[in-house]
Amino acid sequence: MNEPRIRFENAAKSYGSLTVLDNPETACNEKVMNEPMVRFENVTKRYGALTVLDELNLDIARNEKVCIIGPSGSGKTTVLRMLMTLEQIQGGVIWVDGEPLTHMQKNGHLVPASDRHLRRVRSKIGMVFQHFNLFPHMTALQNCMEAPVSVLGLPKKQAEERAAELLDMVGLSDKRNHFPIQLSGGQKQRVAIARALAMRPKVMLFDEVTSALDPELIGEVLNVIRKLGAEHDLTMLMVTHQMGFAKEFSDRVCFFYGGKIVEQGPPDQLLGNPQNERTRQFLSAVLEAR
Amino acid sequence: MSKWDWSYVWEALPYLYRGAIVTVQATVLSFAIALVLGLIIALIRQSPNRYVSTAMTEVVEFIRSTPLLLQVFFVYFVGPQFGILIPAWTAGISMLGIHYAAYCSEVYRAGILAVEEGQWEACTALNLSRIRTWRTIILPQAIPPIVPALGNYFVGMFKETPILAAIAILEMLQQAKIFGANNYRYTEAIVMVGFFFLVFSLAASAIVQSVSIWLNRRYRLQ
Ligand SMILES: Nc1ncnc2c1ncn2[C@@H]1O[C@H](COP(=O)(O)OP(=O)(O)OP(=O)(O)O)[C@@H](O)[C@H]1O
Ligand SMILES: [Mg+2]
Repeated sequence: MNEPRIRFENAAKSYGSLTVLDNPETACNEKVMNEPMVRFENVTKRYGALTVLDELNLDIARNEKVCIIGPSGSGKTTVLRMLMTLEQIQGGVIWVDGEPLTHMQKNGHLVPASDRHLRRVRSKIGMVFQHFNLFPHMTALQNCMEAPVSVLGLPKKQAEERAAELLDMVGLSDKRNHFPIQLSGGQKQRVAIARALAMRPKVMLFDEVTSALDPELIGEVLNVIRKLGAEHDLTMLMVTHQMGFAKEFSDRVCFFYGGKIVEQGPPDQLLGNPQNERTRQFLSAVLEAR
Repeated sequence: MSKWDWSYVWEALPYLYRGAIVTVQATVLSFAIALVLGLIIALIRQSPNRYVSTAMTEVVEFIRSTPLLLQVFFVYFVGPQFGILIPAWTAGISMLGIHYAAYCSEVYRAGILAVEEGQWEACTALNLSRIRTWRTIILPQAIPPIVPALGNYFVGMFKETPILAAIAILEMLQQAKIFGANNYRYTEAIVMVGFFFLVFSLAASAIVQSVSIWLNRRYRLQ
């Protein structure tokens, strides 16, 4: 338990400082790059007596694209929500970019994080929701400007430029001044993606972002995600039922069952030639449903 | 003596005019207190601290389950026994305001609870501060739909103002009574007060409705 803590702390120190040589232990920028971007370490999540995730261990590398698949109720959403700090965890530690997320280091111990610590680490993470959760009383542009202005303290003009640029990137430059109610589902979801990106996160979470969309609108959202993956340094963690997309897009697919990762591996292998019986059952059920 | 005499109407007017001003002032001031305090109470009840929110809920329950008149008497007549001297006007306005703040807080609460959970989650995901979340995301969605309900209390409080007569505040009905007693003639004055209440209520409802429409349009809520 103590070992990784020390390693992370030194790694963090070596970030800003160039005089790493006087401390042999921290001469390891390379090591920083090898640290996972996200690490779940024995993370346990319970709702009352129901244990939803039991001692989850999962490392996600920098820039890695990971898809999470699995049957309903297997804990996929919970994994993302814990990382977004929307759920408290009952055991273990989540690390983000070398720092504990829900804890902080104090005199060599991990103590529950202060609000300030939580907000600082959380700023590295962005999330897109199944039901968009756009602010209905704000235009697309205002949706994308709110957090940069109020959290990052960006001047209005600069925030507006950034928002416009992002809306451009998701193909909605002509919808800037539209309210969510005036947009289609696919458009709403693209605004939601732009809104999350406006905070310049290092990790992006996508929870079944196409599940609430009409079939003909799914493509436009997946295209945006594809583009994101190709053009930006982003670690992406994505719950999806789009097996085709998972196969082509991700570096790794994790199959969840009953709160555990039952099988994981490169998409071709996991989707093409699954080893576990549960995985096989799940995949054939999904294919049949087509 | 005829049943209706216009000369009494003219004579009563100055009295009623003075009374009407007091009534309108009392209503507007105590409604302002109810609106602000009600919101504060509703926010305190949303506090993550269990003890704080429970205590606030109990206070609201207490205020709602005792009569307004009793509360006004308590502050005005019992207060001085403990050395707390509050002028009638202050006592009346603030008790009316506090009493209705308890009701308004329930309305605010309903509005707040009606905002989708996903809005809070989006605010967390975007790292908005608590204050910012309330001010720019939650309240702009929570308040416009409840304006009509708050407006009902506005009209309700207006009709409740005659209670202030009990601590010798010369609101409209009290003025009518004094006029009646002085002239041995109540009909005109009382009817006029009724008429005024009716007109004011209609005007207040119209104001509330336009505020509601304006707010809903401003915030694009249906
Ligand atoms: N707030 C909650 N209270 C109690 N139990 C919950 C709560 N949220 C989720 N659960 C339970 O936790 C388990 C995992 O839920 P989760 O939402 O992570 O599943 P999922 O894999 O995302 O499923 P789906 O594919 O249906 O979205 C389920 O058994 C669910 O009933
Ligand atoms: Mg889910």
